[in-house]
Amino acid sequence: MKNDIILSGVGGQGILTIAAMVGRAAVEAGLYVKQSEVHGMAQRGGAVVAHLRLSDETIYSDLIPAGGADVVLGVEPMEALRHASQLAPGGALLANTVPVRNIEYPEVEDIVAQLRALPRSVVFDADEVARQVGNARAMNMVMLGALTAFLAFPEGVFEALIRDTFAAKGEKVVETNLKALAAGRAAVQE
Amino acid sequence: MPQLLLLGDEALAQGALDAGISGCYAYPGTPSTEITEYIQASAEASERGVHRQWSANEKCAMEEALGMSFAGKRALVCMKHVGLNVAADGFVNSAVTGVHGGLVLVVADDPSMHSSQNEQDSRFYAKFAGIPCFEPTNQQEAYDMVFAGFELSERMQVPVMLRLTTRLAHSRANIVRRECLPERPLSRPENPGRFVLLPAIARLNYENLLAKQVDFVAEAEKSPFNAWIDGADTSLGILTTGIAFNYLMECFPKRDCPHPILKISQYPLPVARLRRLLDTCRRVLVLEEGAPFIEEMLHGPLGLNEKILGRMTGALPRTGELNPGLVAKALGREVKPHTGSPLLRMRPPRLCDGCPHICSYKALLEVLAPHGKGHVFSDIGCYTLGALPPFSAIDTCIDMGASISAAKGAADAGLRPAVAVIGDSTFTHSGLTPLLDAVWENTPMTVFVLDNETTGMTGGQASSALGKIEQICAGLGVDPAHIRTLDPLPKQHDENVRILREEIAFAGLSVVIARRECIQTLRRKKS
Repeated sequence: MKNDIILSGVGGQGILTIAAMVGRAAVEAGLYVKQSEVHGMAQRGGAVVAHLRLSDETIYSDLIPAGGADVVLGVEPMEALRHASQLAPGGALLANTVPVRNIEYPEVEDIVAQLRALPRSVVFDADEVARQVGNARAMNMVMLGALTAFLAFPEGVFEALIRDTFAAKGEKVVETNLKALAAGRAAVQE
Repeated sequence: MPQLLLLGDEALAQGALDAGISGCYAYPGTPSTEITEYIQASAEASERGVHRQWSANEKCAMEEALGMSFAGKRALVCMKHVGLNVAADGFVNSAVTGVHGGLVLVVADDPSMHSSQNEQDSRFYAKFAGIPCFEPTNQQEAYDMVFAGFELSERMQVPVMLRLTTRLAHSRANIVRRECLPERPLSRPENPGRFVLLPAIARLNYENLLAKQVDFVAEAEKSPFNAWIDGADTSLGILTTGIAFNYLMECFPKRDCPHPILKISQYPLPVARLRRLLDTCRRVLVLEEGAPFIEEMLHGPLGLNEKILGRMTGALPRTGELNPGLVAKALGREVKPHTGSPLLRMRPPRLCDGCPHICSYKALLEVLAPHGKGHVFSDIGCYTLGALPPFSAIDTCIDMGASISAAKGAADAGLRPAVAVIGDSTFTHSGLTPLLDAVWENTPMTVFVLDNETTGMTGGQASSALGKIEQICAGLGVDPAHIRTLDPLPKQHDENVRILREEIAFAGLSVVIARRECIQTLRRKKS
């Protein structure tokens, strides 16, 4: 069993929260994990990427070899496209369609069209899905939900992690994030 | 004990706590910051009363750690690679004084300069000072090496370096902890005289340090971190250091590398093992994360040795980080080229929306517009992003504190106006001493302190300058009439322009402090 996942976005969008949840679930499941993150200057609104590797065997490299990703998850469309060429044959791309326009931005429809043209892709408005369950800020939990559809973890693992992570912020926040997780998973199954 | 999922930095920090440190000394700097942050957040560290407050700069950190070592306790000191330049005086001399309690210096190098001004390789410093150096291959080794480092430091009575690189520092992996060691009791060195580096004593100490070099090599020869892996195909041998080993293994998913491998993670070089590799293999590929430190030694001073392949021969790029693809290519593999869509745009870092520095730069640009470019000296922090469009507001960024010293030199040369732009934390790190120079000569220049009440670029660590900058400036002798403050908010723009214009026009030394909390730390407090 091996899962090599690239998570991409813009500094501040919360890809490290997604990576941390999957990483915790994997350690609890007895898997080896490597999770390479970007800290420092790039976090100031720049393009950020995390490499997340899960395996039942020892993992050596902290970085996923070029063209070796089983999943590329982009919480922003251009950042998803930036790493699309890292997909392994048969790999899946998951992307949010909502752009972060802190640069001169091309037509977002053109980017989304390129993402949808990939052999295996799930491209949707994750901000809108999050809004429907109660809070657009839960977008990263929607994307986590979509990602879990590609991972073989026992049912309920991520629900428990969300309860644990958001417990201090109150039951309402927990509920919103649980709904976001479920809605993201449903978006993949559609 | 359950496994932990820790960054390389955090694994090292946990290792240091478990190895019984009594203090951690550091100044924030990517990619080393998370070591100290982990210790600051640790309940165990708090219960034990482990020292964990930030130091004003790396030199202070190094010397404070040496002081703790003098008093018999184990001390950890952490910095980024360029921080060791700041700490170099104390560092090199600590090898000559030697240590009493164990002293491990962690230096996190940043090849590819993700968040740095150069990609200097700290292994040169370890060799220069004549001390042992560890370079972990993975997070678990980082954890284990802290124990080994303290043990070696105390047994040999020298400081020991532990060199990290960005990818390991900022990547998480499973960590298995060991049983914790107790902290050391307070004690003084049996021969405290050796800490007095008068020439007569320093000469003896230095001879003593040189005599230990052979022991350090013997330690490296038997180190479990240095490994020989057999391979039948001796047409090529492979030498790896630190995390380069991982990229090599990644090229052989079935773990069937046909070539002999020498994995080096403890220095000075294990000479016997190195000789074996060179004697048994026709050619040797050297994989190093960082500078061609070993490769250059193997080539020697007379030009390239055709037996050796690496960064200096074009087998690998001369600069930057390694990755699995580059190592595969060096092994002669085809690597799929990276194909980017023409729709992609660069997305460099930028000042955050609502950042107080934006208002400060807008006001400064308006005041300096009649003077044209080439009047603003700055240095290291979030405010360095003011060099990028749309601001293009600063003309230099050299090192911590160089805004004030370089502005002074330019003012000495006759440049008018000369403005130094410096952050609050950088000001206390390295701005005070050059400001004293400017006070002494009443240099006609303006120091513009962008006080966001934190160390912003590294993620919002406490700044020792908090609430003290006016007092510090006045205490150093700046005329209080020319220590002004302003509030960097859009609605204050006209007022801010007026204050800056007055002080920049003043024909002596002035300090203008723009004070407003970092938008990131403010948001975190609210959520």
